[in-house]
Amino acid sequence: MAIPVKVYGPPLSTAVSRVLACLHEKGVDYQLISVNMAKGEHKKPDYLKIQPFGQVPAFEDEDISLFESRAICRYICNKYVDKGNKGLYGMNPLAKASIDQWLEAEGQSFSPPSSTLVFQLAFAPRMKLKQDEGAIKQNEEKLAKVLDVYEKRLGESRFLAGDEFSLADLSHLPNTQYLVNATDRGELITSRENVGRWWSEISSRESWQKVVEMQKPT
Amino acid sequence: MAAIKVHGSVFSTPTIRVFATLYEKDIEFEFVPIDMGAGEHKKEPFISLNPFGQIPAFEDGDLKLFESRAITQYLAHEYADKGTPLVIRDSKKMAIISLWSEVEGQKFDPVASKLAFELAIKPLFKMTTDAAVVEENEAKLAAVLDVYETRLAQSKYLAGESFTLADLHHLPTIHYLMGTQSKKLFESRPHVSAWVADITARPAWNKVIALRNKY
Repeated sequence: MAIPVKVYGPPLSTAVSRVLACLHEKGVDYQLISVNMAKGEHKKPDYLKIQPFGQVPAFEDEDISLFESRAICRYICNKYVDKGNKGLYGMNPLAKASIDQWLEAEGQSFSPPSSTLVFQLAFAPRMKLKQDEGAIKQNEEKLAKVLDVYEKRLGESRFLAGDEFSLADLSHLPNTQYLVNATDRGELITSRENVGRWWSEISSRESWQKVVEMQKPT
Repeated sequence: MAAIKVHGSVFSTPTIRVFATLYEKDIEFEFVPIDMGAGEHKKEPFISLNPFGQIPAFEDGDLKLFESRAITQYLAHEYADKGTPLVIRDSKKMAIISLWSEVEGQKFDPVASKLAFELAIKPLFKMTTDAAVVEENEAKLAAVLDVYETRLAQSKYLAGESFTLADLHHLPTIHYLMGTQSKKLFESRPHVSAWVADITARPAWNKVIALRNKY
């Protein structure tokens, strides 16, 4: 029987891995379909039909086709509300509002500087691209300010949106994994007591460890 | 006294995003202006409402929220039966709204906001517009709007045949840009142009403009 859920893109992509982590948390089976980015497959007409910006991931479930990893995650949580981690997107409107707040904070405040740092420090060297020292310094300062807010918040509650692990924490896993394990700026996370504690806890979840395994070279 | 309070500024696009939602939903609220010039957003009591020291912050009784797109989503779902429907219960239709809301937040707004800052905000403060930044971001916005043009040829609004939160989120920054040289990027794309004309003509949006003109 064909598995209706399909994810297009490599597990190494932060946005793809965000969706994979969510599928694992919700216990939803899926097919991972490779997209040969080195050969520009993501910019070809067939792929652009399902992701018009030419980025990964793209996603299909029965007759629906989606992109934007955070929208895909919200869909998975709504459609499969009774599967796996039932509280991942909140069990009531107030919990959901808090999760949306920190999911937006991730997307608007955490992601831009951390994505730039991950690209500059982890990916640019691998791609033999010259690093932009100015961008590294600027984004390190931005990220430090954001993490200072997180440090205070995580001193008040165990996870970002409350006392349960949620989609808001999950959304941080991909960039932080690279920051801590593939750059020399991991101490941005590990030197902050509450942020460090939170990172240890969320990254050791089985759903994320499965993704880390998938990211290893075969 | 209204249970709903919005702390912010009538010139702030995220604050306006929340006003637009409240007017569409016909919900009464109290606007609490924040004096950014005096650094009010970086001090107590505001910092307790938004630890990032940014506007807006929002209260609905005991609930306190920040991030404009989280506030609008809360309002759209919590008051689903009031005023204009801005979200849809069906999970597949909701996913499409969520998708184009993410496109606005991740692809449209970062670029459009930079342009709005250079072309609309800086002149207000007698600061010099950076032509290189404008050129770079107009090119990026053009690429994004090419995708919008194709999308809006397929449906009247971004998420389908009805106006939703996904369209609404664009209003504040579009409003700024339509008063600058960047308006040509919208006007030169027929479906995008028609969509902009439609959403900016909405009565609720014009109430936001009226509120803004009071300050």
